[in-house]
Amino acid sequence: MKFTLAWLKRHLDTDAPVEEIARTLTRIGLEVESVEDPRPLLAPFRIARVVSAEPHPNADRLKVCMVDTGDRTVQVVCGASNARAGMTGVFAPPGTHVPGTGVDLKPAKIRGVESRGMLCSERELMISDDHEGIIDLPADAPLGASYMEYAGLDDPVIDIAVTPNRPDALGVAGIARDLAAAGCGRFKDEKIAPVPATFASGLDIVVEDETACPFFAGRWIRGVKNGESPDWLKHLLSAVGLRPISVLVDITNFVNLDRARPLHVYDAAKVQGAIRARRARPGERLVALDGREYECFGGECLIADDRGPLGFGGVMGGEASGVTAETTEVIVESALFDPVLTAETGRRHGIESDARYRFERGVDPAFTLPGMELATRLILDLAGGEPGDVVSAGHLPEGRRTIAFAPERVESLGGLALERSEIRAILGRLGFDWQEEVAGGRVHVRTPSWRPDVEGEADLVEEVLRIAGYDRIPAVSLPRGSGVARPILTAGQKRARRARRCCASRGLKEAVTWSFMDGDLADRFGGDLRLALANPIASHLNRMRPSVLPNLVQAAGRNRDRAREVVGLFEVGAVYHGPEPEDQEEVAGAVRAGMAGPPHWAEPQRPVDVFDAKADALALLEALGVPVDRLQVRTPGPDWFHPGRSGMLCLGPKKVLAHFGELHPGILSDLDVRGPVVGAEVFLDRLPGRRRKGGAARPELQASRLPPVDRDFAFLVPADLPAEQLIATVRGAARELIEGIDLFDRYAGEGLPEDMVSLALRVRLRPRERTLADAEIDEIARRIVAAAEKRCGARLRG
Amino acid sequence: MSHDLDELKRELLNEIAKSGTLEELEAVRVRALGRKGLISERLKGLGRLAADQRREAGAALNRLKQEVADAIAGRRAELERAELARRLESERLDVTLPARPVPRGRIHPISQVLDELVEIFADLGFSVAEGPHIEDDFHNFTALNIPEHHPARQMHDTFYLEPDPETGERRLLRTHTSPVQIRTMMAQKPPIRIIAPGRTFRSDSDATHTPMFHQVEGLVIDRDIHMGHLKGCLEAWLSAFFEVDALEMRFRPSYFPFTEPSAEVDIRCRREGGRLVIGEGDDWLEVLGSGMVHPKVLEHCGLDPAEWQGFAFGAGLDRLAMLKYGMTDLRPFFEADLAWLEHYGFDPLDVPTLAGGLGS
Repeated sequence: MKFTLAWLKRHLDTDAPVEEIARTLTRIGLEVESVEDPRPLLAPFRIARVVSAEPHPNADRLKVCMVDTGDRTVQVVCGASNARAGMTGVFAPPGTHVPGTGVDLKPAKIRGVESRGMLCSERELMISDDHEGIIDLPADAPLGASYMEYAGLDDPVIDIAVTPNRPDALGVAGIARDLAAAGCGRFKDEKIAPVPATFASGLDIVVEDETACPFFAGRWIRGVKNGESPDWLKHLLSAVGLRPISVLVDITNFVNLDRARPLHVYDAAKVQGAIRARRARPGERLVALDGREYECFGGECLIADDRGPLGFGGVMGGEASGVTAETTEVIVESALFDPVLTAETGRRHGIESDARYRFERGVDPAFTLPGMELATRLILDLAGGEPGDVVSAGHLPEGRRTIAFAPERVESLGGLALERSEIRAILGRLGFDWQEEVAGGRVHVRTPSWRPDVEGEADLVEEVLRIAGYDRIPAVSLPRGSGVARPILTAGQKRARRARRCCASRGLKEAVTWSFMDGDLADRFGGDLRLALANPIASHLNRMRPSVLPNLVQAAGRNRDRAREVVGLFEVGAVYHGPEPEDQEEVAGAVRAGMAGPPHWAEPQRPVDVFDAKADALALLEALGVPVDRLQVRTPGPDWFHPGRSGMLCLGPKKVLAHFGELHPGILSDLDVRGPVVGAEVFLDRLPGRRRKGGAARPELQASRLPPVDRDFAFLVPADLPAEQLIATVRGAARELIEGIDLFDRYAGEGLPEDMVSLALRVRLRPRERTLADAEIDEIARRIVAAAEKRCGARLRG
Repeated sequence: MSHDLDELKRELLNEIAKSGTLEELEAVRVRALGRKGLISERLKGLGRLAADQRREAGAALNRLKQEVADAIAGRRAELERAELARRLESERLDVTLPARPVPRGRIHPISQVLDELVEIFADLGFSVAEGPHIEDDFHNFTALNIPEHHPARQMHDTFYLEPDPETGERRLLRTHTSPVQIRTMMAQKPPIRIIAPGRTFRSDSDATHTPMFHQVEGLVIDRDIHMGHLKGCLEAWLSAFFEVDALEMRFRPSYFPFTEPSAEVDIRCRREGGRLVIGEGDDWLEVLGSGMVHPKVLEHCGLDPAEWQGFAFGAGLDRLAMLKYGMTDLRPFFEADLAWLEHYGFDPLDVPTLAGGLGS
């Protein structure tokens, strides 16, 4: 909402400088977005007279002018074609900064002739784009006077952001009232005198639907002349960014901005029969003032005559019934329209207008008729004519409420102790009526008709606080419990935090990617059609993700394309299996692509493989307290992995805690991502809780000090035997003595049958009570070999 | 005899001194002190002597044995030192070669800032609440006093799922973290102190808006919490977060459907050559919206506004990260570009603590 200081002062008696006004506006909740004060820039420009204008001796297009600045005469070289002796113009002395060109004027010689200053165009002053010639003022313009004061340009423009609850602040008068309430001047609360009718117009107005249009008033004015507006009005409107059109249109715009009272003016000659406020039928057509044709959906609030629609009520009038330069008879409309319907009509048809903006926020019903009178007065004054009687239909709502208010709520809710008298005074200045002592210490406060947003006690507290000043509320610390703050994170929150730092400590970089993704791709990762977005921001972001892997894989691909050889990314976040809250699951996903590490002299460089992904999954599970030695691998992993290079990590037969694998080459090629890419996903919400028995203390260490015995076994096993099964079998053969098993060699190929593979295990035996005799060790070894033979079809290699 | 021993001693010590390797030294030892060595043989011969001679000769021989043994040990140490020196020389490596690489992981700034906030709010007695990203009208709008026709509900702001084919119900992606307030108040009795961080979604895209972003919500409900507490709480956490002593703030009246009175909060700052300095200067920077929970919101959650009241606030988590750590564009937060993550990300060992300082 833009207005100028001079405009504000039409309603506010104040000497406060614009800076103080701006500060106050922000302080009371009318946040100042900008203050454009042209005065410092325009102050040096003064009205001057061109005494003589002679041709320049050395240049055809230049003239040498003697300019009377009011206190002396100076020589100025000027290139404007309209520079001539006797004209009155605008002069800038040396030292002036010319805003339109950015140049600081200095005395200069132009083509050999001295020039001490400049005669300016409007563009040089940045007051218009006009650069046809220098400013040509009437002869009676006062010589030597400030041009900006003379031309009314000394008026700062203030732009404020008005929150949607404050329709009253969409008019300059309402802003003035707020400022006055805050002690910044006196509100000139002028009464608007009705303009008596001089004839009976016979205007017929019918409200067919009082929900859509509760009240409609019209007034015929005849004999008007719709010319240009006077300068003061044109100035005000252009200063706030509105193009002056004609005096009748300008008056409606002025009243709209001045009082937040939208009006409409019809060319009475183009209206036939009664004016009706009714609902639109589907298919009715209207060419609006913006020149576009609209087809009604049905149900819009239409203003119509016998022939058809004249306009969308509260949104925009029609072109056909609009006023033109030829208009002599007008009907002025001042009506009320339903906020919700107005908003809906504007939205469905894509029409933004100043009228809609106000009606959808709520227009002061009590000002409907005064608004009509104000417009009448202005039309008579500026366009002439004779007023008919005010004809109306419907019912004017009062728009006021009574709120039972306990003044001490200002302190108990607002935290500011104020005297009752101050509270009462503030509300009074804002237009609230105060009725002392009703019951239970409460008073009755009547809201003014322009404040539809004030509904209850809390709203009144805000009114008092914002005018008194939020800065007066003392800051109070929240009460603290005694002692040290207690831990507050839930198990799930701790898991997520730990998962992040675990992944990062393994060299992975944390990504945060969209919760949505491409629907077709989602389907290949187990996506759910119920999670399609109705209005995605882009067609490839149209589904909630069922997995974090696809986004990470694509991100890995982008990084590979940026010549990154080693890519490792992870994300801890939600995936979605359905629309219900319990369908959302927290996962940690990790993706590695390209090489496992940079090239290095001591170690051969290798591409990432499925065991990198498996290691990530296991590291996460271990960090999150899962007993990883009890996990089993089930193969294959889900479909988006390579069927022969993927698996699931399960606790028990059913509980899948993670999956891992090499991404399916088909998916990679469809996504145009260079392989290899491996990934793992750990389902954080499915992990068993960490149990801590008996507090923080650990059980006593039961370490055996007896020396361990290492025995190596090289088994020949069927190539399709899961190594995990061999290890488990070996462990089972001497569970009480085996401390650890390392699979240290795997060999297939030359010298071995094609369908066999050699797996070498180092088994560490740890005696508990006494050193093992050789015979005992041999016996254990025999048990191990026998078990491996029996359960795994293994044969000890010679 | 004694002359003989002197000769032997001279000879042996000479051989010991001359031996150039541990093997030569060992040969000398065997010749002198081995089972059939010169000294050992002489010691065995003592038995043939008379008792008085035996004592004297024995003592002399034992002296000799000790001297030779000491000489051998001394020479062995010398030879070992020399050999070690030779070995060390031969084992010399170019230690300027690069060490084996250990990849450096990174924590995303959003996670880091979240951990910082959790640290601060845990100290103030808040716990962390979470809620679903896919919400319904009631929790995201209705219960928050956002009326049916409010512009925020329109398709151009809010992402909706396709309606359920059977019920016609249309779920949406939460547009703010405020529905977690509702879920918390409906699930637990006051007093309540929570923050609710997390993903939020709006149909928006430019340098400072992305279709997904993060917010952190705060909610305090008790019997006598007023706006002064709101101020105190915000001052405490913003000062701690931006690591500025007594950060100067400005509370401006504003409007949110779910709070009354409402306030927007600015912090003091200045801009210096494209850099933002927080806590000093002549400028103000808006950081969050806040207010006293609207009585209608309390009622929607089954709380009696005559008994319970409190405040709520909401801030952009990504924006807080940008302000504190100097990013100027929001979009790269979600692009997973390694260069960006390496530059703006945090070492996993940088766990924020109050004791150690949050951002250090």
